[in-house]
Amino acid sequence: MWTIYKKEIRSFLGSFIAYVVIAVFLVLTGLFLWFVEGNNVFELGVASLQVMFDISPYILIFLVSAITMRSISEEKRLGTLEIITTKPITDVSIIMAKFLASLTLIAFTLIPTLFYFYAIYQLAQPVGNVDVGSTLGSYFGLLLLAGCYASMGLFSSAISDNQIVALIVSMVLSFFFYSVLGMVGDIKILDVIGKSLAWFGLEFHYDSISRGVIDTRDVIYFGGFMAVFLGFTKMVFESRKW
Amino acid sequence: MSIQVNQLTKIYGKQVAVNEISFNIPTGQIVGFLGPNGAGKSTTMKMITGYIPPSSGTGTVCGIDMVEDSLNVRKIVGYLPENNPLYLDMYVTEYLDFMAGLSGVTAIKSAVKNVISLTRLTAERHKKIGQLSKGFRQRVGLAQSLIHEPKVLILDEPTSGLDPIQVMEMRNVIKELGSEKTVMLSTHIMQEVEAMCHRVIIINQGKIVGDDTLDNLKNAKNQSMEEIFRNLTGHVDHI
Repeated sequence: MWTIYKKEIRSFLGSFIAYVVIAVFLVLTGLFLWFVEGNNVFELGVASLQVMFDISPYILIFLVSAITMRSISEEKRLGTLEIITTKPITDVSIIMAKFLASLTLIAFTLIPTLFYFYAIYQLAQPVGNVDVGSTLGSYFGLLLLAGCYASMGLFSSAISDNQIVALIVSMVLSFFFYSVLGMVGDIKILDVIGKSLAWFGLEFHYDSISRGVIDTRDVIYFGGFMAVFLGFTKMVFESRKW
Repeated sequence: MSIQVNQLTKIYGKQVAVNEISFNIPTGQIVGFLGPNGAGKSTTMKMITGYIPPSSGTGTVCGIDMVEDSLNVRKIVGYLPENNPLYLDMYVTEYLDFMAGLSGVTAIKSAVKNVISLTRLTAERHKKIGQLSKGFRQRVGLAQSLIHEPKVLILDEPTSGLDPIQVMEMRNVIKELGSEKTVMLSTHIMQEVEAMCHRVIIINQGKIVGDDTLDNLKNAKNQSMEEIFRNLTGHVDHI
């Protein structure tokens, strides 16, 4: 499994995808946090990264989809899938290796934003007067959320040998499970039904973790979500055997 | 027996691609799997290598069941798929390192060095695969299938698309390999079989229509391989 993991990481670094993703994330979150008029840190006057954590799920929909779109579709297009699947390695290991490689890249995308945390920490009055627990919780939540995006991205990448199709399907799925289900919860007429549907959405659990309370139920939800989509990926992967 | 196949069948939807074929290949034989395009050659090979499971029937490779114990079969089988898929943006040695790791080779460095010299890729080993000519790419594909010193080699049209000199070279390499390994190769070119194989299995529309040693086939019918092939596959001169 680690052989494929290493190869995936190397191909991220070799194809510049990694650098582009890291740079774009850092720049966009930076813009929203410090410069975009309306609710940047200075205007709000609150020493918190909340603005970044509010906008990041949307940025990550694009970036994570871009990271995962190639991973299986490209192997299908080239035909190399036939080579790796006839090596002594299980399909599950192949999928897990690709998933973990994507997750690693996402983690490295988040790390540079710790610089913003440091800046906020210094800007707070008195220095250090920030809610560290909530921030850490948000980072953790963001990583789990991105993991869910990655599982949907891999699934999309498995159903098509066309990267663009994979990209679009992945973005639509991610947007649906994050945003659309979240919005359904706000529709007053739907009342309880809406609230229950929202519970199935990613936003509900992301918001919950962002408050700084890491609830086991949320973690289990995220884990289950990833497992379901990785399971779907495996099913598509094995459809050649039907 | 190296490869033993019993009543192997593959059905895609309603189309029967491979229809109850059975054969035994003893260790150390080079067998040509001959048939027109679409006869079921690739499908049979895909079943043996564990890429797709058979719809029915059984098979073993060196005594290991190819469906129940596919992972262990893959450890002793080297496979070169049709059209030789490769990662074009990888370097030759990088790719072979990767393949060695995937195949469970422990001494990766020396294994890679061995196959590079065996397939005469030494001068090209630091190039990107995308920069190589078709002949060299085919050698990289072959090197990949040899990396874990498999007992059985399955080569799906190993010489297709090569120029005459490259074809000659490829045939020589395969012949050399055949002295110590069991080789099963598919082709639709008769001369190929005559040049390399001990035995030929002719398949048409998913069924085996001929299975004999090369000499027997030629002596019995007193025909050229080409005529035998045409007769067995029903392509009698209606041209």
